[in-house]
Amino acid sequence: MRFYRALLHAYPASFRAEYGEEMCALFAERRRAATNALLLAALWIDVLIDVAWNAAHVHLDIFRQDLRYAARMLRRTPGFALTVIAVAALGIGATTAAFTMVDHVLIRPLPFADSDRLVKLYQTTPVNGFKYWELSPANYRDWKRASTSFESMGCFTGRLVNLTGKDEPLSVTGGAVTSEIFPMLGWQPALGRYFNAEEDRETAPATAVLSYGLWQSKFARDPAVLGRKILLDSEPYTVIGVMPEGFYFPDRDTQLWTALRFGPQDYVDREDTYVYPLARLRRDVSLRAAQSEMSLIAGRLARQFPKELAHVDATVIRMRDDFSDQARTMLIALLGAAGCVLLIACTNLANLMLARAMVRRKELAVRAAMGAGRERLVRQMLTESLILASIGGAVGVLIAAFALPLLVRLVPVGLPITEVPPVDARVLAFAALITVATGVGFGVVPALRACRGDDANALRETSRAGSGRRERVRAALVVAEVSGCVVLMVCGGLLMRALWRVRAVDPGFRPEGVMTMRTVLPTPQYDVVAKRVEFYSRVLTAARQLPGVTGAAYVTSLPMTRRGGVWPVEIAGQPVDLANRENASLRFVTPGYFQVMGIPLLEGRDVAELDTDKSQWVAVVSASFVRRYWPHDDPMGRRFNFALFDRTVVGVVGDVRMRGLERDSEPQVYIPYKQVPDGGVIGYKPRDLAVRVNGDPAALAPALRPIIREADPGQPITDVRTLFQLVESETAPRAVQLGALGAFAAIAFLLAGIGIHGLLAFAVSSRTREIGVRMALGATQSDILTMVIREGVVLAVIGISVGVAVAFAAALQIRALLAGVPPADALTFAGAVALALLMTVAGSLLPALRAVRVDPTVAIRVE
Amino acid sequence: MPDGLPDPATLLPLPPATFHILLSLAEEDRHGYAIIQNVAARTNGELKLSAGTLYRSIQRMLEQGLIVEPRERPAPEEDDERRRYYRITPYGTAVARAEAGRLTQLVRLARESGFAAENA
Repeated sequence: MRFYRALLHAYPASFRAEYGEEMCALFAERRRAATNALLLAALWIDVLIDVAWNAAHVHLDIFRQDLRYAARMLRRTPGFALTVIAVAALGIGATTAAFTMVDHVLIRPLPFADSDRLVKLYQTTPVNGFKYWELSPANYRDWKRASTSFESMGCFTGRLVNLTGKDEPLSVTGGAVTSEIFPMLGWQPALGRYFNAEEDRETAPATAVLSYGLWQSKFARDPAVLGRKILLDSEPYTVIGVMPEGFYFPDRDTQLWTALRFGPQDYVDREDTYVYPLARLRRDVSLRAAQSEMSLIAGRLARQFPKELAHVDATVIRMRDDFSDQARTMLIALLGAAGCVLLIACTNLANLMLARAMVRRKELAVRAAMGAGRERLVRQMLTESLILASIGGAVGVLIAAFALPLLVRLVPVGLPITEVPPVDARVLAFAALITVATGVGFGVVPALRACRGDDANALRETSRAGSGRRERVRAALVVAEVSGCVVLMVCGGLLMRALWRVRAVDPGFRPEGVMTMRTVLPTPQYDVVAKRVEFYSRVLTAARQLPGVTGAAYVTSLPMTRRGGVWPVEIAGQPVDLANRENASLRFVTPGYFQVMGIPLLEGRDVAELDTDKSQWVAVVSASFVRRYWPHDDPMGRRFNFALFDRTVVGVVGDVRMRGLERDSEPQVYIPYKQVPDGGVIGYKPRDLAVRVNGDPAALAPALRPIIREADPGQPITDVRTLFQLVESETAPRAVQLGALGAFAAIAFLLAGIGIHGLLAFAVSSRTREIGVRMALGATQSDILTMVIREGVVLAVIGISVGVAVAFAAALQIRALLAGVPPADALTFAGAVALALLMTVAGSLLPALRAVRVDPTVAIRVE
Repeated sequence: MPDGLPDPATLLPLPPATFHILLSLAEEDRHGYAIIQNVAARTNGELKLSAGTLYRSIQRMLEQGLIVEPRERPAPEEDDERRRYYRITPYGTAVARAEAGRLTQLVRLARESGFAAENA
């Protein structure tokens, strides 16, 4: 019997209360009739099926009924329903979009087999503060030989190649990989095969594997591409395979792969670093164990090669974690902000529901009196809020799907994942989860409150509703909204200040009025200096004759386009500190580069056409270079060893932010483009063209393209953009981040304003009588106005105080994004507080005016 | 939903359990157990309502206004304190009639097609 009673708990409480006793009595009769074990067993089976079947149906009946009822209620108050849906949609949409980004970049495993065991290895040196360096082939070989922590190790390097054929030449980002790489990643080719160990030998025929994207765009998905010869930098390669769609390695931009091969000469120079090792940890080895083993190995090598490897350590990092802390912080901040919006939205909704529940108290009390239990009423109200939340959730997912492409700048380029995160089952499940959480979150408190036992009194109560207790709950909700709003406004404000500050950083050159484009002259055709000089001269001469052009020059790479490109400096007469050899950034330039870029020449002269390999080898250095090496002496005529040769300083120019607006840069050294031996320092040959023009630089591109094509029709043109766009792209992730957070802050601001308005409007309408009495007793209109607004302001002040404290804590967390703006930036905080107060006053104005217009005689007579 | 009862036709066809409960309440008010017994007797034991089916139907029928729980109890000697009695409403009668009409119509159609005996 007891078991049967327990079974009845499958039914809703109201049903149980109503019919439980009867059902037990019925069961007792049947029990008596079951005289033997067989009948008893049959009875129990029957009972179990009966309960399972009918309990489910009773729940469904109630749900259907609630649904109908809710639909009717909502149709009757469409304004309310739309408001709730819109607010829920904003909250859920923001959170879903932010979660999708965070999940995509930070949480979801990389799309490789056993991806948590994939690690990258880097060299680290204490010099210059840059953490991760590539390796020399010799070091890679020694690390690989000596280590035991890994199942497998391979290496790769980036490679920009010109793909030529019958069409327009194409510059393609390629990856050169050793044969271990593909098997480690665990993808099978869509067509053909990938490299085998044989192909690592230098003598093997040249082969290439295409990405799906390149196969699609350049080869029209022709399966016959296998075995075909393609020209990469004018060398024939045989296509042996195509990787499937969605395969990215080592980053999103890589479109084809060739075999990375080392000959004996590649192992000679330990300072020629250009390969990145990738390895798979053995199952029984932890990351930390691998790290200590590699540090040991690196230490041993450093002792063995003190000149080249002094203080060179090894770093092992999970492939998953190999992107900047800033990107991580940005995404987490975004999620935090979205959570804040959701919380505010929920608070707002709870407030709306609470207000409505109080309006409906009479109705609810009537239903309770008619026998609807408290559980049924709560359930009914929850069904309502869940319906609203579900519609809001569906709209929210749409909002998120549309917002995601706007956020792609927050996905680090270096991660081998798609640019726009997919809205898949995982994301939908998350959206569904927070939808339910939202529905319950904003539905349950009002439902419980509205259905309290004391509501029997509601029937008797008049419109003097809003007992102090409920007002307190609603007031607390408004306080929470205001504080959340302040937090978002402060964070948004700080990010805005940071963006301004970064934008205000002097890059060291004048970005306006300059068009740029890149042509990477391929090896080995252009290894001879004279051949390059011919190309540059033809292009520059023709470009300078275009109307409006005031100057044109080639450079190794424009500021901010190549973060590295540094070379160790040795100063004649100054001892070399092997442990802390300092680097300077190396750029080969054609004459006129400084004028085109607007880099001030501080002393001496520019490089000149007459600076050839027959004349003295010279260099122009930056002011910071002079400060570092000759702080007290005249730098002119000083000599130092750089880029393989001794060079003499002939000029000093202003400093440039080579590594971007937010990072310090090494001092810069500029070398005349002719002063390099054939085939030497080939990675630094000039490739970026910059042309200064009076007028719109973007309009120059169509005129420049044919000039380059005429100089060499086989060379592709890439990275066509103005210098201004280039600098702008430096701050693009910040701008996106600020845009997202700003949008969140604006939503929060609006919601909090609505919340305050709603609370006061309700308070005023429920206190009409009281206000009438006060006015009858002689209170002036301004007394009433002050009274209502004061109520709003008190809540705002409490909310702001809490908000400011939380905002400061949040600002400390996102310090990394603030570009030096102090987390306690007074102006930002003052601005946010002022805005919050303004919002409060604006929100309370309408209710206050309504209160003032109360006619005492009508108000008192109302009841 | 006490007022504005929908047209009986909108409730058709009735679930068999509901129709049988209405039939058994046609003669007199009955409590749940009595309904089960009565239905079983009427159908020669073919239809034995389970407790769950019975009370789920009753709950829905109360909400639809087909039956009520009368305030006055039966004569004391027949009354069982623990029992709750149910009574068919005029609306319930109308709905039962409509269902019966629907079934008759159905049987007539079956006869015309030769699926049922003429005087069955």
